[in-house]
Amino acid sequence: MNRRLSLFNVTSLVLGFAFLYLPILLLVIYSFNASRLVTVWGGFSTQWYGALFRNEALIEAAWVTLRIALLSASLATVLGTLAALALTRYGRFTGRTLFTGMIYAPMVMPEVITGLSLLLFFVAIDLDRGFWTVTLAHTTLTMCFVTVVVQSRLMTFDRSLEEAAMDLGAPPLRTFFSVTLPLIAPSIVAGFLLAFTLSLDDLVIASFNTGPGATTLPIKIYSQVRLGLSPEINAASTILIGLVTLGVISATLISKRSAMRSRRAIA
Amino acid sequence: MKERSFTKRLTAGLVPAVPYLWLGVFFLVPFLIVLKISLSDPAVAQPPYKPVFEWSDIAGFFSALDLENFELLTQDDLYLRATLSSVRIAALSTVLLLLVGFPIAYGMARAPERHRSLLVALVILPFWTSFLIRIYAWIAILKPEGLLTQALMGIGLISEPIEILNTEWAVYIGIVYAYLPFMVLPLYATLEKMDDTLLEAALDLGSTPWRSFWTITVPLAMPGIIAGSLLCFIPAVGEFVIPDLLGGSETLMIGRQLWSEFFSNRDWPLASAVAILLLIILVVPIVIYRDVEARRVETRP
Repeated sequence: MNRRLSLFNVTSLVLGFAFLYLPILLLVIYSFNASRLVTVWGGFSTQWYGALFRNEALIEAAWVTLRIALLSASLATVLGTLAALALTRYGRFTGRTLFTGMIYAPMVMPEVITGLSLLLFFVAIDLDRGFWTVTLAHTTLTMCFVTVVVQSRLMTFDRSLEEAAMDLGAPPLRTFFSVTLPLIAPSIVAGFLLAFTLSLDDLVIASFNTGPGATTLPIKIYSQVRLGLSPEINAASTILIGLVTLGVISATLISKRSAMRSRRAIA
Repeated sequence: MKERSFTKRLTAGLVPAVPYLWLGVFFLVPFLIVLKISLSDPAVAQPPYKPVFEWSDIAGFFSALDLENFELLTQDDLYLRATLSSVRIAALSTVLLLLVGFPIAYGMARAPERHRSLLVALVILPFWTSFLIRIYAWIAILKPEGLLTQALMGIGLISEPIEILNTEWAVYIGIVYAYLPFMVLPLYATLEKMDDTLLEAALDLGSTPWRSFWTITVPLAMPGIIAGSLLCFIPAVGEFVIPDLLGGSETLMIGRQLWSEFFSNRDWPLASAVAILLLIILVVPIVIYRDVEARRVETRP
């Protein structure tokens, strides 16, 4: 197919990506600003990074956030994979419509509703708000995203491989672990990473469900942002952006290499 | 043997049952509680509301329910205005997103195939970085003495600082910026599959590019347009962070109203009533979205 980029196409791509990346770039640049005023350049300095590492409340919040994200993403990955299997391998079971509704609704539902309803639920069952309530809330939200990611992989892969294993006498569970699971593994990893970042990132649901001792990084950042701009927030953001970028790039490289390896194995 | 097949069926049945139960407990039941609390009395609702449910007192349970909170919502026109302005802001933002997102998605779909996965990755990458941080970045740009003003004054386009932060415009910019990947990706997915020969045929038959765009490209991209629009419109109606950080005190939005009823006024029943109101507005778009998504996933080759 001979598609050619017109001037219009190139312009819209350039402008579009400039729009997406310029604000982030400015944020990073101004984290190295010597001035306390975020929008006035006062020379290069890394002092805000130093201040950041001495800010114990922020570091504590980062640890809490990381622990919640790891735990909830792991739970969500298991639940989401099971849900994806249910949707693709179980045909029309009873209550399927409700099930797909419960999978797709939380993804678009305004977070204030999800946050409030879970909080009222936790109060109703008398569960103290804190680390666990945020973890459970994040698991519920993110498992839906995992489901969709894994489901789309399960829909596209070659079912005859599973059938062949079963024909050769492998019991269903063994077929799952030695055929299905390796094939859908990349999508499970992708789902886990998605769940992890969503949990890391969430402000609204965490605010509703948090309690003493479970202040997450977004909650901490939000309360500082409300007081005004601070170069320390820029520095913290830059570190987060750097970590995420590194993670995404390495994940892409790993998946590319494994794709190449499997292509070579077939050839 | 019989026993074995029974355990097998039991373990097989667990696959849908576990996530089903989880969502039932942590998604469906909480909704019923919101509904119940929205119907309960704020006066006796300390701390901050009455015990939820006693099986022994079903009659009392139902008689205690009333629509007082919803009457409150209709009496104070603040909620009506907040609702209308949320829907207006979300709808206009969705239109803006389509206008901004379509050319980008179109450009991506026409780019050489070897560059396309890189372009997709570049659209997704900002999404992986924190939403809060991306909105925060705009405060420094949009504030009165901010970077946008400095830049525009630097090139001599304006002579006085412009007020964007704390206006509705800042909210539009924030929503378009934060939701752009959700619009571009579904659009790209449909545009990428489009058969170019259709456009060539139309041009050969004497159609103008503008006309073939409206009669061929747009109808073929419709699934992506619908999915992208719903994916942006639904959460935008209930958006809290963007109006709160960029919109100033004048921007009324229902999600923000819910937040302040809950966190500032500590009126949980009223906050629940606002949540139900928000849900009523969104139930139709959410159901359509679920159908569109389920069909899209299941019909994929």
